[in-house]
Amino acid sequence: MQRNRLLKNTSTILFIILVLLFGMKCKSDKSKQKDTNMADYLSEDDIFDDIDKAKKIFYALPSPLETAMIIKSAGAGYDEQLLNPTQNTSNYTTNKSLALNLGIYTTDLSFASLFDQTQTAVKYMEATKKMAEDLDITDAIDDQTIKRLEDNLNNRDVIMDIISETFLNSSSYLKENDRPAVAAIVLVGGWIEGLYIATQLVEDKPLENNKLVDRIAEQKLSFKIVQRMLEENKKNQTGQENKDITELMQDLTGLKKAFDNIKVETSEIKVEPDSNTNVANLRSQTKITITKEAFDELKQTVTTLRTNFVQ
Amino acid sequence: MKKILQVLFIFTLFTYVNISVNAQCKGYAKKLCKLELIPYIHDGNYHAAILTEGEEAELYKTFYSGQNYRIAVCGADPLNVIEFQVIDAYKNVLYNNKEHNNSRIWDFKLESSQQLKIAVKVPEGNGDSEYPASACVAIMFGFKEE
Repeated sequence: MQRNRLLKNTSTILFIILVLLFGMKCKSDKSKQKDTNMADYLSEDDIFDDIDKAKKIFYALPSPLETAMIIKSAGAGYDEQLLNPTQNTSNYTTNKSLALNLGIYTTDLSFASLFDQTQTAVKYMEATKKMAEDLDITDAIDDQTIKRLEDNLNNRDVIMDIISETFLNSSSYLKENDRPAVAAIVLVGGWIEGLYIATQLVEDKPLENNKLVDRIAEQKLSFKIVQRMLEENKKNQTGQENKDITELMQDLTGLKKAFDNIKVETSEIKVEPDSNTNVANLRSQTKITITKEAFDELKQTVTTLRTNFVQ
Repeated sequence: MKKILQVLFIFTLFTYVNISVNAQCKGYAKKLCKLELIPYIHDGNYHAAILTEGEEAELYKTFYSGQNYRIAVCGADPLNVIEFQVIDAYKNVLYNNKEHNNSRIWDFKLESSQQLKIAVKVPEGNGDSEYPASACVAIMFGFKEE
């Protein structure tokens, strides 16, 4: 009798496990099918056309470090007033606000470091450490990391390596502990902060032939990746909706509208290998159409969004 | 009853092995694949997964003018050779590592910013083994100012 009951219980557990596994597979198939049905991405020159062929799809946004580098390369200056004050760290208590501000503080940290603002960099590394700890990301940034940063204040390459490593620690920890949605929110936070800093740094002069404005307009390409990345993380493995992601997608609807007024057209690429440097040159043209009104709308939308994220 | 317990044991073992393989994937990307990026600065993003012989993966990313980039695509043992192509929005193949001795890296710079696709494929095995091999495959990016 007892043996039969044990057998029945064990069979039930086994059945539940099989159903869960089957559910996970169905979810993955369904999300792939959803991608191909998105009418927004069906233009003939769209890079996402045959997306469902591969087993694993990655959407790569510029990391906070790359974002800061893009802004600096475009000739922007440094303004500490634009960074999110580190005193704000105690304001963030929800998963969403912690994740967004982990990204925001990492971009601020990268920005300060690239402009050799070493004391500020240490302060912002402490802020990112707090965000990571509050998100229960273990070992991403420890006291050793802060000490290594302090010991290398005059060596920008080492500082950048430390930032890259700490961000890799956080993102790999989140992805491998079944928290890819949090990793996606961190990336979006960092990307929005870059967009905020860049739009604020555009001087009051014509928008044509302005490298910084071009880099800002080109973020329309990364915005498509943001949308797809969030769409992919909207539901967890058991099919349950992630409210933080849904809310963030709603937050970004104004940004879509603002980017819709900006046109970015790219030509085909010709590859020119360089046997001396072994660095291939990808030759192509990008035509950017952005009016003053469209830029102002984008700047205003990004400012409102970022203000909501950091408050 | 004994059989059910055996199945549960195998399932638990599978789950444990899966978690452990994931942790190894993280370690592989951080400790080995990242070295391929030197002297470029790693962007800090993590893109790695366990793939099996014959499987494919794709990565979408916008690359910006004004930067020099290095792509590194690496496979852990026993997947030492990983094929990868870089494709533009017009579906032109800009780079195919099969034409470059299965190189793990490609360096490039862009005249204007572009959205590119990195298509990765683990080649089919030679049939020597009963089961197809699986291991960690990592896609990493490095950059430096032009």
